[in-house]
Amino acid sequence: MSQKPQAEKRQAAIQTRRSPLAALLVRDLRIGRRIGGAVSMGVVFFLCLVTVTPFAVGPDQALLARIGPAILWIAALLATLLGLDRLFQADAEDGSLDLFLMSETPLELIVVVKCLGHWLLTGLPLVAASPIFGLMLGLEPAALARVTASLLAGTPALTLLGAVGAALTVSLRRGGLLLAVLILPLSVPVLIFGVAAAGDPVVGFKTPFLILCGLTLAAVALTPFAAAAALRHAGD
Amino acid sequence: MQNYANPTHFLRLVRVLLPVTAGLTTGLLAVGLYLALFVAPADYQQGETVRIMYLHVPSAWMAMFVYLVMTSAAIGTLVFRHPLADVAQKAAAPLGAAFTFLCLTTGSLWGKPEWGTWWVWDARLTSVLVLFLIYLGIIALWQVIEDPGKAARLVAIFTLVGAVNVPIIKFSVDWWHTLHQPASVFRMGGPTIAASMLWPLLIMAVGFTTLFLTLHMLAMRNEILRRRLRRLSMLAADGAAPLGVVAEPAE
Repeated sequence: MSQKPQAEKRQAAIQTRRSPLAALLVRDLRIGRRIGGAVSMGVVFFLCLVTVTPFAVGPDQALLARIGPAILWIAALLATLLGLDRLFQADAEDGSLDLFLMSETPLELIVVVKCLGHWLLTGLPLVAASPIFGLMLGLEPAALARVTASLLAGTPALTLLGAVGAALTVSLRRGGLLLAVLILPLSVPVLIFGVAAAGDPVVGFKTPFLILCGLTLAAVALTPFAAAAALRHAGD
Repeated sequence: MQNYANPTHFLRLVRVLLPVTAGLTTGLLAVGLYLALFVAPADYQQGETVRIMYLHVPSAWMAMFVYLVMTSAAIGTLVFRHPLADVAQKAAAPLGAAFTFLCLTTGSLWGKPEWGTWWVWDARLTSVLVLFLIYLGIIALWQVIEDPGKAARLVAIFTLVGAVNVPIIKFSVDWWHTLHQPASVFRMGGPTIAASMLWPLLIMAVGFTTLFLTLHMLAMRNEILRRRLRRLSMLAADGAAPLGVVAEPAE
C-alpha cells in the first residue's frame, strides 16, 4: 500500500466534511425528528391553548375574532418558552456542551445555530399552523395573513431571548418555570409589537411589523453573546 | 476600591459609616415627613391625597436607582471580578424589589381616590410592574443556584440583559399605551410643582437614598457574614477544622 492514495482520501474526506455549524444543525434537526416528537408536541400544545381559551372567554364569535390574534400570540409565546429549557440541558447532560465550549468555533455562533435548529423544529411549525387555528377563532383572511406574518417575524426573537434563559438555567434540574419567570418580562416588547402588527386596526400593519423585525434582528445580534457568556459561567 | 476587596476592610468601613448614614436617614426622613405631612399645602384639586406623592415619587426614583446600582455591580462582577461586587448585587436586589413594590402600592392607593380604580394599565404603571417582575426574576435566580460565585456571574449576565431591555420595554409600553388611548390622563399636580411641595419631595428623595445606603450596607454585612458561616460550616463538615478554632473576625 502506498502512502499517496491514503493522503488523497484524507484530503477528500476533509473537503466533504461539513462545517461544524452545519453538522450541529443537521444533528439537532435529526434528534428533534427522531425522538420526543418535538414538532408535533409543540403544535399540539399550541392547539390545546387555542382550544382552552374559548372555554375561558365564552364562545362569542365576534369576541373571539377580535382577540384571536392576541390568543395566538400568547399561545405561541408559551409554546415557545415552555419547550426551551431543554435547549442546552441535553447537551450539558451528554457532554456535548463541554465540546462546544472547547471547540474553535465561537460559542456565540453555536448558540445561534442551536436557536435556528430549535426554531425550525418548534417555531416554524407554530407559524405554519397558525392560519388553521386562526380560522377556528373566526379570523378574516387578511387578519390570518397578518397574524402569520407577525408570528414568522417575531417568534425567532422569542426563541433567542429564551436561549438566554435556557443558558442561565442550564445547570438547574427544574429550570423550566424559572426560565419563564426570567424571560416573560423581557418578551413584553415582542408581544406588544407582534399583537399590534397582527390585529390592530388603528396603527396598521407596517410600523409595528417593521419594529418587530427590528427587535428580532437586535435579538440575533445581542442575545447570543449573553447566552454564550452564561454557558461559559454555568460550568465552573 | 481595591483596598475594600478584602471583606474585613470593608466591614471596618461599614462600622464607621453605618451610624452616619443611619443618623442622616433618621433626620432626613423625620424632617421630610414632617414637611410633607404637616407643612406642605394640600393640592387644590387632589386635596390631602397628594401627600402620597412624597412616598411614591422617591420610591419610583429608588426603583430605578437600585437597578443602576445593580448594573454597576454586575459590571464589577463580570469585568473586574471584584469580590464585593456580587455581594453588593445580591444585597441590592431585594431592596430594589421592595422600593418597586412600595412605588406600585402607593401608586395604587393614590389611584383609588384620583382615578376611581386601584389599577390602571397606564404606561408608567405597566413599565414599573415589568421592572418589578425583573427584580423578582433576579431574586429567584439567586435563590436557586447554590454556589454563590456561580450564581453571582449568572445573575450579573441577566442583570445586564435586563439593563439593555428595560429602555426597550419602556419605549414599547409607551407606544402600546398611546395606541390604546387611555381613559384617564395621568398628570402630576398641575403644570409646575410649587416650591412648598418641591422641598419636602427633594428631602424625602435624599432620605430614601440614604435609607437605601444604610440598608444596603447592613445587607452586605449580613451577606459577608453569611458566606463566612457557610464556609466555616463546610470546613467543619469536612472535619478540617472544628467550628470554634478558626479565628475569623466576627462582628
